[in-house]
Amino acid sequence: MGRYLIPLGLFVVLVGFLAVGLNLNPRELPSPLIDKPAPAFKVPQLHALDKTIARDDLKGKVWLLNVWASWCVSCRQEHPVLVELAKSNAVPIYGLNYKDQREAGLAWLNQHGNPYVISAFDQDGRVGIDFGVYGVPETFLIDKNGIIRYKHTGPVTPDAVQNLILPKVKELNAAS
Amino acid sequence: MIPELGSFSLALALALALVQGILPIVGAARGDARLMGVARPAAHGQFVFVALAFACQIAGFVNNDFSVLNVATNSNSALPLEYRVAASWGSHEGSLLLWALMLNGWTVAVTVFSRHLPEQVAARVVGVMGLIGVGFLAFMLITSNPFDRLLPAAADGRDLNPLLQDPGMVFHPPMLYMGYVGFSVAFAFSIAALLGGQLDAAWARWSRPWTTVAWVSLTLGICLGSYWAYYELGWGGWWFWDPVENASFLPWLVGTALMHSLAVTEKRGTFKSWTVLLAISAFSLSLLGTFLVRSGVLTSVHAFATDPRRGVFILGLLVLVIGGSLLLFAWRAPKVGLGGSFGVVSRESALLTNNALLSVAAASVLLGTLYPLFLDALKLGKISVGPPYFDAVFVPLMTPVLFLMAIAPFARWKNDTVPALAVRLRWAFGVALVSALLLPLALGAWSPMVALGLFLSLWIFATSAQHLYLRLRGKAAEGTAGSRLRAIPGGWWGMWLAHIGIGVTVIGITLVKGYEQNLDVKMTTGDTAHLAGYTFKFMGVSERNGPNFVAASALIEVTRDGKPVAMMKPEKRMYKVQQMPMTEGAIDPGFTRDLYISMGEPLPGTEAWIVRIFYKPFVGWIWWGAIFMGIGGLIAAADKRYRKLAERAATRRPATPAAAPAPAR
Amino acid sequence: MPRPDTFSRLLRQFAQALLFAFMLAGLPAHAGEAAPAADDPVLEKRVTELSELLRCLVCQNQTIADSHADLAIDLKKQIREKLEAGESDKQIVDYMVARYGDFVLYKPPVKATTMILWIGPFVLLAGGLSLLFFKLRKRMRQAQAGETLTDDEQRQAAALLQDGPGGKGAAR
Repeated sequence: MGRYLIPLGLFVVLVGFLAVGLNLNPRELPSPLIDKPAPAFKVPQLHALDKTIARDDLKGKVWLLNVWASWCVSCRQEHPVLVELAKSNAVPIYGLNYKDQREAGLAWLNQHGNPYVISAFDQDGRVGIDFGVYGVPETFLIDKNGIIRYKHTGPVTPDAVQNLILPKVKELNAAS
Repeated sequence: MIPELGSFSLALALALALVQGILPIVGAARGDARLMGVARPAAHGQFVFVALAFACQIAGFVNNDFSVLNVATNSNSALPLEYRVAASWGSHEGSLLLWALMLNGWTVAVTVFSRHLPEQVAARVVGVMGLIGVGFLAFMLITSNPFDRLLPAAADGRDLNPLLQDPGMVFHPPMLYMGYVGFSVAFAFSIAALLGGQLDAAWARWSRPWTTVAWVSLTLGICLGSYWAYYELGWGGWWFWDPVENASFLPWLVGTALMHSLAVTEKRGTFKSWTVLLAISAFSLSLLGTFLVRSGVLTSVHAFATDPRRGVFILGLLVLVIGGSLLLFAWRAPKVGLGGSFGVVSRESALLTNNALLSVAAASVLLGTLYPLFLDALKLGKISVGPPYFDAVFVPLMTPVLFLMAIAPFARWKNDTVPALAVRLRWAFGVALVSALLLPLALGAWSPMVALGLFLSLWIFATSAQHLYLRLRGKAAEGTAGSRLRAIPGGWWGMWLAHIGIGVTVIGITLVKGYEQNLDVKMTTGDTAHLAGYTFKFMGVSERNGPNFVAASALIEVTRDGKPVAMMKPEKRMYKVQQMPMTEGAIDPGFTRDLYISMGEPLPGTEAWIVRIFYKPFVGWIWWGAIFMGIGGLIAAADKRYRKLAERAATRRPATPAAAPAPAR
Repeated sequence: MPRPDTFSRLLRQFAQALLFAFMLAGLPAHAGEAAPAADDPVLEKRVTELSELLRCLVCQNQTIADSHADLAIDLKKQIREKLEAGESDKQIVDYMVARYGDFVLYKPPVKATTMILWIGPFVLLAGGLSLLFFKLRKRMRQAQAGETLTDDEQRQAAALLQDGPGGKGAAR
């Protein structure tokens, strides 16, 4: 009955894929920017529009770039985690205030606390596009040479901080 | 109270489905008439309880019972009554209940029309359908009970997705599910035949009308869905190769192959194991579609809210139903035998080739649909497979199908030769080719795709005309043309009409793709725009309050050479509960073209609106073709032959299955 | 699903436009040929063509051209600017892929991992048709060989061919 088993065989393979597929999230995208240099940017600072911040200002240190906005609902969810992380001084967090109204952004930080060393103000979302941002919040881990080493899409959880971000920070700080 | 009654009915239906699924099959194996006799009453009982549950669900929607989770998430007190009823199958839970109801409807139909079947066959068929029912009822009760309560009750519902608030959506899902579930009958017949080891021409004859009716429902269901997308999504697209559309198209392609394969199995007793495999595949692909829509493994515009538990459950169901039947196939099909012989060039081989081509087309659509999942599962990256891929692959695969489709009815059974066929069809070929090469010039611009599409459809029309002519002229000795016309069997007319329907659809697709024109303009009151010889005058915008939306309704006067053509009213709507803007396009349908207008955004700070105007030549033919196919299918299914057979068989029970035609001599 | 601010923005525009329409209802309507929605319709056509090939990342399964999501609108703006700056279609597509990966392309690129996707259908077609042809020929020969047998003998022969080692070998 050899050839009559072929349909069954194909089906078994298909079921294998479907079973794996159940545990995948088709909406989660790996960033093509991992292990590539972070896109260059130079934009005003949210708190002081007359001053700018650029990628190259941050060369030589390991840092986190957190993309946030006052209109973003799940940013509120991750915010306490970021505030906590900032207090621990484990890694400097820079913010990218994405497509926001400046007053709304400032008010939001006043209300919820400001974990950012500096927040870049990306009013037209251009920097966001260069970083391939498609859903806020997103968080990038960038090394001393300005290379993106890790990207977290969606709200950062305490678990992700402990098990993914901090170990990588340690590793990158140890590297020259 | 009513929701609890619904839940209870579902539980009772599940118990009856178990009885219906087990006892008759055991009875058929043991030859126990008493156990086999359980099949019909159990099926009828199951139908009554599922129908009762369905009525309970509709009652919940009609009475705005927002203490039921399903009602609270998918309806609203401001929703018009007809959409409250339709909302009952707009959700995952509700559509499963609809699916179960359809399955029961088909089962009851089988019990009614199977009086002439041998008792064992009928018991097995009804039993298999009972087992499918067990799967779906258990799925519903365990993971997706449509009667789950919401405590405390919501003050009002979250409303039905505005995209679904449309007459097309009222009819589209039931039609589509009729088709999906309808293939379960052919599936059940196949499983019954494999179980009983009796796979012959009689089996094919019993399965044929059921398959055809299911295919008709699926055709019309897909057609409605496509037409709905056309007028509801606001820019006149009608097919997107979205995973969920593909999920409905796959069983259609395989179902089409199955219909043709059954014809050969019935007439010539051949292709038997292939036909059984197609019957299993058509229903399996319907089930796979359910999995894809409801498990969240693929991103689609239409996907239901997902829950991983459901995915696991449906996957288990797939393994049991499809895996089990394919195992049975591997075990029993080798004993089926070869059947009558035929030449490499013959109607059999033409049909078999088309079968193979349709199956390859289906396999390719399946490959494209699932490929992103394959790569992701193997950690090879994420990709998207969209319309550019499917267009590139599907057109070359379908071209030979359409070409051969016109030839097959001319090929003789058993044996024919290519030269003989070429002589028979040379005029049709010449006429189709020359007109296809010249027509595009007359229409404005020549392009190879337009010429190809026109050639294929004209080829189908020309051969169909020739075929009818030969039929009428054929037996010159007998009677008048009128009596000869009446002598043509329904099956032939059905085939003829459905084939012409394909040609009509191909014309629509070809011409709208080739010659569509559109214009994006800023319009304020009094402005005019010109497109394809028509003049569009913007008469202004007014506010209109719908039951659950506010709309800006524009009035546009269309004229041609100063003569009025239509007053069109495209709208931009804001649905209040779901906070969703919707574009309600206006269509002026016509025989050779549709005019389609949709409103874009208002321009801030002015009174102007962005207005998109489309001229879509022959677009309506896409759906008219599908309607032709549907009518053709119904005529074929109603062919007197099947009824005569039923009467004959009924008078000489126990029926011996009609003997397979003798092998060629 | 649009973001709440998208909705309120649309609602605002919507209300404004309606207000204008009513204010102006009494005024004599000016009649004229409607201006194209885009300043440069030729350019706009290219923008649309390109954005029909690209997937909107925040939507379920829509092209950037069809989507009204903020990101899709921003990306369309980027495409327009880049086309104005004289970039080629390929440069723009590469720009998108560099940021969002192959996922943005509705037409998957031909590379090692998509080989099966692109050639699979045609391999199936060729394989299916040649298998079919050989089977038909074999079948015809078998049938011709069986010409002189009675029905019963034929049935036996068919059963032997199916179950016997020869039948199996031939099947593979």
